[in-house]
Amino acid sequence: MRLGSGTFAACCVVIQVLGVALFLRGFFPAPVRSSSRTEHQAEPPAPEPSAGDRSNWTKLPPPLFRKVVIMLIDGLRDDFVFGSKGVKFMPYTTYLVEKGASHSFVAEAKLPTVTMPRIKALMTGSLPGFIDVVRNLNSPALVEDNVITQAKAAGKRIIFYGDETWVKLFPKHFVEYDGTTSFFVSDYTEVDDNVTRHLDKVLKRGDWDVLILHYLGLDHIGHVSGPSSPLIGHKLREMDSILMKIHTSLLSEERETLVPNLLVLCGDHGMSEAGGHGASSVEELNTALILISSAFERKPGDIRRPKHVQQTDLAATLAIGLGLPIPGNSVGSLLFPTVEGRPVREQLRFLHLNAVQLSKLLQENVPSYTKEPGFEQFKMSERLHGNWIRLYLEENNSEVLFNLGAKVRRQYLEALRTLSLSLSRQVAQYDIYSMLVGTVMVLEVLVLLLISIPQALSSKAELEVPLWSPVFSLLFYLVFLVLSALHVIVCTSAESSCYFCGLSWLTAGGVMALISALLCAVVSALAKVFADGRLLRKNPAHPKARWSELDVLILLGTLGHVLSLGASSFVEEEHQTWYFLINTLCLALCHELYRNCFLRDDCEPQPCSHVEQGLVSSEPALSDGNIHCNVSEPHRVSKSPTSLDTLRGYEKWMVLASPWVILTCCRLLRSLNQTGVQWAHRPDLGHWLTSSDHKAELSVLAALSLLMIFVLVQRRCSLTSKVAMALGLLGVYCYRAAIGNVLFPWQRDSKDISKGVIEARFVHVFVLGILFTGTKDLLKSQVIAADFTIKTVGLWEIYSGLVLLAALLFRPHNLPVLVLSLLIQTLMTKFIWKPLRHDAAEITIMHYWFGQAFFYFQGNSNNIATVDVSAGFVGLDTYMEVPAAFLTAFATFAGPVLWASHLVSFLSTETHSGSALSHACFCYALTCSFPVSAYIILVTSLRHHLFIWSVFSPKLLYEGMHVLITAAICVFFTAMDQTNTKS
Amino acid sequence: MKDTDIKRLLYTHLLCIFSIILSIFIPSFFLENFSILETHLTWLCICSVFVTAVNLVLYLVVKPNASSKRSSLSYKVARFLKCCIYFLMSCFFFHVIFVLYGAPLIELVLETFLFAVTLSTFTTVPCLCLLGPNIKAWLRVFSRNGVTSIWENSLQITTISSFIGTWLGAFPIPLDWERPWQVWPISCTLGATFGYVAGLVISPLWIYWNRKQLTYKNN
Repeated sequence: MRLGSGTFAACCVVIQVLGVALFLRGFFPAPVRSSSRTEHQAEPPAPEPSAGDRSNWTKLPPPLFRKVVIMLIDGLRDDFVFGSKGVKFMPYTTYLVEKGASHSFVAEAKLPTVTMPRIKALMTGSLPGFIDVVRNLNSPALVEDNVITQAKAAGKRIIFYGDETWVKLFPKHFVEYDGTTSFFVSDYTEVDDNVTRHLDKVLKRGDWDVLILHYLGLDHIGHVSGPSSPLIGHKLREMDSILMKIHTSLLSEERETLVPNLLVLCGDHGMSEAGGHGASSVEELNTALILISSAFERKPGDIRRPKHVQQTDLAATLAIGLGLPIPGNSVGSLLFPTVEGRPVREQLRFLHLNAVQLSKLLQENVPSYTKEPGFEQFKMSERLHGNWIRLYLEENNSEVLFNLGAKVRRQYLEALRTLSLSLSRQVAQYDIYSMLVGTVMVLEVLVLLLISIPQALSSKAELEVPLWSPVFSLLFYLVFLVLSALHVIVCTSAESSCYFCGLSWLTAGGVMALISALLCAVVSALAKVFADGRLLRKNPAHPKARWSELDVLILLGTLGHVLSLGASSFVEEEHQTWYFLINTLCLALCHELYRNCFLRDDCEPQPCSHVEQGLVSSEPALSDGNIHCNVSEPHRVSKSPTSLDTLRGYEKWMVLASPWVILTCCRLLRSLNQTGVQWAHRPDLGHWLTSSDHKAELSVLAALSLLMIFVLVQRRCSLTSKVAMALGLLGVYCYRAAIGNVLFPWQRDSKDISKGVIEARFVHVFVLGILFTGTKDLLKSQVIAADFTIKTVGLWEIYSGLVLLAALLFRPHNLPVLVLSLLIQTLMTKFIWKPLRHDAAEITIMHYWFGQAFFYFQGNSNNIATVDVSAGFVGLDTYMEVPAAFLTAFATFAGPVLWASHLVSFLSTETHSGSALSHACFCYALTCSFPVSAYIILVTSLRHHLFIWSVFSPKLLYEGMHVLITAAICVFFTAMDQTNTKS
Repeated sequence: MKDTDIKRLLYTHLLCIFSIILSIFIPSFFLENFSILETHLTWLCICSVFVTAVNLVLYLVVKPNASSKRSSLSYKVARFLKCCIYFLMSCFFFHVIFVLYGAPLIELVLETFLFAVTLSTFTTVPCLCLLGPNIKAWLRVFSRNGVTSIWENSLQITTISSFIGTWLGAFPIPLDWERPWQVWPISCTLGATFGYVAGLVISPLWIYWNRKQLTYKNN
């Protein structure tokens, strides 16, 4: 089947979108969460089950402890307390563990073993996934149901000293706090003294219920000098003395009040042998957890070995200990030893509460929950529990009651264990199988694209896609059978949940067929390439085309960018890469321009002819590089001297000055928005403008920018859209004035701030109107084949409609970004691309680079936090998901989208060869899909990296979105191309 | 034809490299706590002075473009002054380019400017020595197939490798290793120096390997 290269590329990108979506679904498993988290206040606690009779105990049980002190030591590995180090350096703790009134556990943390997710896990009992971060974009505060929020709602007074992360997570929960930043890793005394200095005062006061201390020093020592350093010993001794101080103070208080208190000593994560943390070695996962209270008294000779439990169990235990409802998303089970001393009825009640909460979570997250063994066990134990209550209320024989109670308890514990296990399995793992299937699809498409470079970029811009022959080939059926068999085996033997296995058989079969068809296509294309290669070798007369410096730069830049994605810092500071690349690109263009201008007058034939050859090499190079493409375009070969000769006087000066103007623009934009991580705190123009003191300056700037936008855009529009554009831009200013961003000159103070819905809708109407006019022109150009100008006008109108929408959505201080982008496009078109006659592939990649750079000029970064969510509410009264998502996505990716649509309009206006658009589409698809495919592989191999959640995952989401937008752009390209060939 | 020439080229280049090495070690005898990283600006000044001096001396001794005709003293002085102006201009030019690449505009001006001076000594000074203040000749040398002698060829190679070294030197800046040499502009100056040294080493070797293929118009 013959396909145009544009169509082919569009199909490829669409398939790639499917692959990336599947990969993302596997990479970010859906979090286990309860849907009723908002109304948990109203929900009454589950009453005691009873068979027949009504139990009168429907309230929550009272708290077990009066005061709770949580002493969290960052990086407290289990052997620091229970091992030889603990015996040596922590004598008091060892005494408590071995003989005192305490229960000790080895709590296993889950990935990532980094402080913030671990704090969340300790306090919510859930396993925070990455998607949680995306869901609450705006606030770093923890909105999920957790122990601290519950305690605050119950009127408990909480005091916190230690790591600042807590203050960010719980901004309004503490009656008193002192946060310490953990930024300076080399400091390990000050951070802890900051916590300890409050201790004496606080322990004397009695006006608090929960005290949380987070000590950072131990972790810092680990980072600096590792777990075997002598400093660790000193620090442990210090911690031991602090623990003793707290414990004695609590004990002396208990003597007065006679109600037990609870002291929790725990670590958030462990420490690897090298001293770091974040990955999944046993040393990093196992932390110490000790609960100390006079309620846990034991007889002499009662040896309690530290049991292995999950870190998430602490939340449920704390909630029960404080008499609070268990957090809704908790997957942990109650640490039963803590309630062992209570009467049997209370024990069973606690277990029942926990089991009800877990089973509810299971019901909401697993569709086939009735088949889960844990759920069945829970139902059975609930029934038995009811029987026990009836016996108890009838005051039956204590022997029978005791035996039945023990049985119910055993049942409950078993059910809790199973439930908790099956719930945590839902989130804890990467769904490797789905990821693999997605990766295979993406890679096959990439290979197919790479192989077809020479064909697709030939002058015909068509290629033979071997689509039908593989479908009937033996290979296809073989691969299909093998893959299906594999699918069945994997899905039936899989322990953890798997998204791809959850799909219906038909869909899975379709995906398998797609994969095997792609594989066959790749194989046959490869075979063809080899055959061609042999043919070529036989007639070596094939002339070798030379690459110009620009091509080398473009190739190396693309490769270098892809390689840089492997380093977390380069991902954080990706904007620097793009700024650097476009600067270099501008300088290379400048070099080329100057050489063309000056050396031509010089009448030096030799260098000139070489330059010419490099520039307009007319042989289709069978290069293995991914982007280089010497496209033969007939009109270019015919007139060999570039049109620089025809330029005179002022135009020539403009040509010489334009690269410098562009460079200056880029430098200005760079200082408008500081993004990234390392230099994000630097002062920038954007912050200066948005501060309320400079509202007048901002207003002037916004007005000027809107005026400039009109001047730059209107020149190629039809009259109606000119008027619409002017009114629309006026509406944008009115909108910004209405919501109080900018001022009208006659307006002294901004008293009446509205949502500006009417103004924004006014602009929306004009955007739609301009887009509609553009589409109408495009359709007209199809009908009247002769009229070429109508089509260019139509394309330009669509482009200007998008510009207007961007002007509406951009914050006022970002309007200069739009202006300068238009200015650079105009300069490039007039003075660089036209005179130098680059081919479509080069122009496409330059557009792509500039689009990426403008993505960051807007103030975006590879961090989810920089997404401007407010753009989704422009012109909407209430939150509506689809329009809001569309508007936010457009506002975020405005840079790439605008540059791509400029590319379409430029190519169809300036070049008259039919193949330019399809070449452009192909190159665009290739340059976008190359980084994505490489990044998917990188992320898969780095999935246990320390920064996977903080750095690599957000970038993965951005890349996924980028592929989706690329697919849309490529489809648009192809549509334009189709109209082109028809006309 | 040119084996002696290539030898002379090699020796001059070795002298240049030697001057850079000297600029690292000699100052520590005279200045207290001198080190490349901590007193970077001092080193930059010393290094550029050394390299400029060695280049001038070599130019006067070796006289690579022997064809220069006899001329009056005033002509020579004018030429020298013109060279100085060109040098200053190139420093400012580089400074502007660094700022365009993202160097801070106001803070660290001295550092940026000294870096520009160093890069100019690595690139502009040899050009001025060899080609004189003649922009046309420079453009000729730096375009494809424009060189006319091995001196110009080596000039081309060293200059381009200094630029590439500077360019690559900017790469480690965003990395979060928190090393002292990642501070602007140390990594770039080091990159420029390494690039220059690499160019000095590579160019005689490259010319030697390709001596059969290289034919210059004037030779």
